[in-house]
Amino acid sequence: MNKYTEDDLREELKTKEYEYGFYTDIKSDTFPIGLNEDIVKAISLKKEEPQWMTDWRLEAFKAWKEMEEPDWANVNYVKPDFQAISYYSAPNSKPKYNSLDEVDPELLATFEKLGISIDEQKKLSNVAMDVVVDSVSVATTFKKTLGEKGIIFMSISEAIKEHPELVKKYIGTVVPQKDNFYAALNSAVFSDGSFCYIPKGVHCPMELSTYFRINQAGTGQFERTLVIADEGSYVSYLEGCTAPSRDENQLHAAVVELIALDNAEIKYSTVQNWYPGNAEGKGGVYNFVTKRGLCETNAKISWTQVETGSAVTWKYPSCVLKGDNSVGEFYSIAVTNNYQQADTGTKMIHLGKNTKSTIISKGISAGKSQNSYRGLVKISPNADNARNFSQCDSLLMGNECGAHTFPYIEAKNKSARIEHEATTSKIGEDQIFYCNQRGISTEKAIALIVNGFSKDVLNKLPMEFAVEAQKLLEISLEGSVG
Amino acid sequence: MLKIKNLHASVEDKSILKGINLEIKPGEVHAIMGPNGSGKSTLASVIAGKEDYEVTDGEIFFEGKDINELAAEERAHKGIFLSFQYPVEIPGVSVTNFMKTAINETRKAKGLEDMPAKDMLKLIREKAELLEIDRKFLSRSLNEGFSGGEKKRNEIFQMAMLEPKLAILDETDSGLDIDALRIVANGVNKLKSKDNAVLVITHYQRLLDYIVPDFVHVLYKGRIVKSGTKELAHELEEKGYDWIKEEVNA
Repeated sequence: MNKYTEDDLREELKTKEYEYGFYTDIKSDTFPIGLNEDIVKAISLKKEEPQWMTDWRLEAFKAWKEMEEPDWANVNYVKPDFQAISYYSAPNSKPKYNSLDEVDPELLATFEKLGISIDEQKKLSNVAMDVVVDSVSVATTFKKTLGEKGIIFMSISEAIKEHPELVKKYIGTVVPQKDNFYAALNSAVFSDGSFCYIPKGVHCPMELSTYFRINQAGTGQFERTLVIADEGSYVSYLEGCTAPSRDENQLHAAVVELIALDNAEIKYSTVQNWYPGNAEGKGGVYNFVTKRGLCETNAKISWTQVETGSAVTWKYPSCVLKGDNSVGEFYSIAVTNNYQQADTGTKMIHLGKNTKSTIISKGISAGKSQNSYRGLVKISPNADNARNFSQCDSLLMGNECGAHTFPYIEAKNKSARIEHEATTSKIGEDQIFYCNQRGISTEKAIALIVNGFSKDVLNKLPMEFAVEAQKLLEISLEGSVG
Repeated sequence: MLKIKNLHASVEDKSILKGINLEIKPGEVHAIMGPNGSGKSTLASVIAGKEDYEVTDGEIFFEGKDINELAAEERAHKGIFLSFQYPVEIPGVSVTNFMKTAINETRKAKGLEDMPAKDMLKLIREKAELLEIDRKFLSRSLNEGFSGGEKKRNEIFQMAMLEPKLAILDETDSGLDIDALRIVANGVNKLKSKDNAVLVITHYQRLLDYIVPDFVHVLYKGRIVKSGTKELAHELEEKGYDWIKEEVNA
């Protein structure tokens, strides 16, 4: 696992400019800018959605109009002009293919450059890919293998058509349309996303994976993901993100809903590497995401995230521990460099008896960045014997960055046991010298120290993601210790 | 191997070393003794290339080459090793991972491929046995929660792994009980050869009963004020440093 990172890092660093900062010239079918009821209807029409879906979107839009963009997070940015964004963009080529030969060659070249060529993925890994380019799913693989087990893994647009009963039953049950400003916006205008259903008792035999990218200048991206693990099933879902470099800020407001029914388990892992803006803080993606999972009896949901990208991050993957004995976990590494700002953490809502949650958050700040952990542990009156353990560690590099921790605890049941540990440390010159003296260069020493600091979380990632994550950590922090 | 000429060094404009002359040849063991604050650890850091220290005058030659402009890691690649008085903790990085990185970085600097995992494991096993180190110890985070003795033993383990030409042992005996001291000293002695050299920095003579020096130098106020054989160490043990101070100040 180390080898790849360590051998290639130096080469990588020479081309530190955002490596995926290219733009593929594919003819896009883009809506005029602005947002009103007609646009919402047009999106729904474009996607050939049933009436109930259109109504659902309109209801969300109505709510959104009355809402205000939240400003309680510890971040500063110019609020997006929501009327200056185009809410729908899809590659113009026919979106469904029988083979790769039919796919726009330029798009394939894009995949290649990102290192996620479908061809390669098919051959080399056991990962089914649902590749999302600017909101429309253009390739789904391994569908057949999964189909044999009764697993449904497709774009949410397809699911709305092919499995309306499932979508209708679960969408918005964990993140309601009116949940918050960005979730409401997403509910109104979501363009596409992934849908996954694991039937009762089925252990999904492969890691399910989706790569999201933003590929159209000035296009907001509103992904919607819905994962349902039926009773006694298991699924591990990977989400990786890269985006082309853009000068203007790009808005991303995704919603992810996870539903783990009785005795089910969902692992949801994210590596996020969106364009963070340049070294002067110009450009970069705004990442305002609502992710939440619901656990029924004996169910378990684990969120693991490695966040290295985006100019502004606002993200709190949460667990509602509704069923007795259910378990929620949150493992996070958030790296900020230059002028990046991140306000991220989790909410663990204990409703059932004997519910357990674990939070491990590692924040790494460098440059002039601000990195905040914000977490809520809530124990409701009926949640007897609830347990929580939280650990929030911050690592600082240099003197101009900030690390902040905002832990909130609401315990309404006397039998609750809640532990919170927090540390803040700085990479010391003595640590660097110690490594230097053993023949390890400063750059390498930082990588080693950061990886050590993040180990508890990196260990939670599936192998192939861990490699990418480690590499990202190192690239993100290049030149950050003076 | 190591030749220091008229070395002056300061930290934050405070002059600490004021004209050190020292020559160490392959196969030799030198000891530097002296009261607290005489500049012993500074000398070790300056040889190793710590950036906080500024060499204001003089020269350091290693195997005939001036190393003053070399970064600490480049000096390490050439075969200079410093056993730290206070080894730092690196949480989450195991001793094994740290050593693997150190060895492969050194190999890379020499244009060699990474050491094959099989050879690495074999080397680790050998050296751990030499220093009576429990292998479980090697998967622990570097120096984190180590006792004083464990830290020092780990330093010597690293030295054994890296096989330096010049090993500088900075107060390696401090914090060691007599058994640990014996193990550490045995390790150093087993690693000794006619091609490498050891510079022992110590406040007390105790370690020198086990690692027997060919030469003993007394450092005081940034200068070597007296040099001799191991008998000088015994004399210092008996009489303390006051007589040296008096001699110098007279």
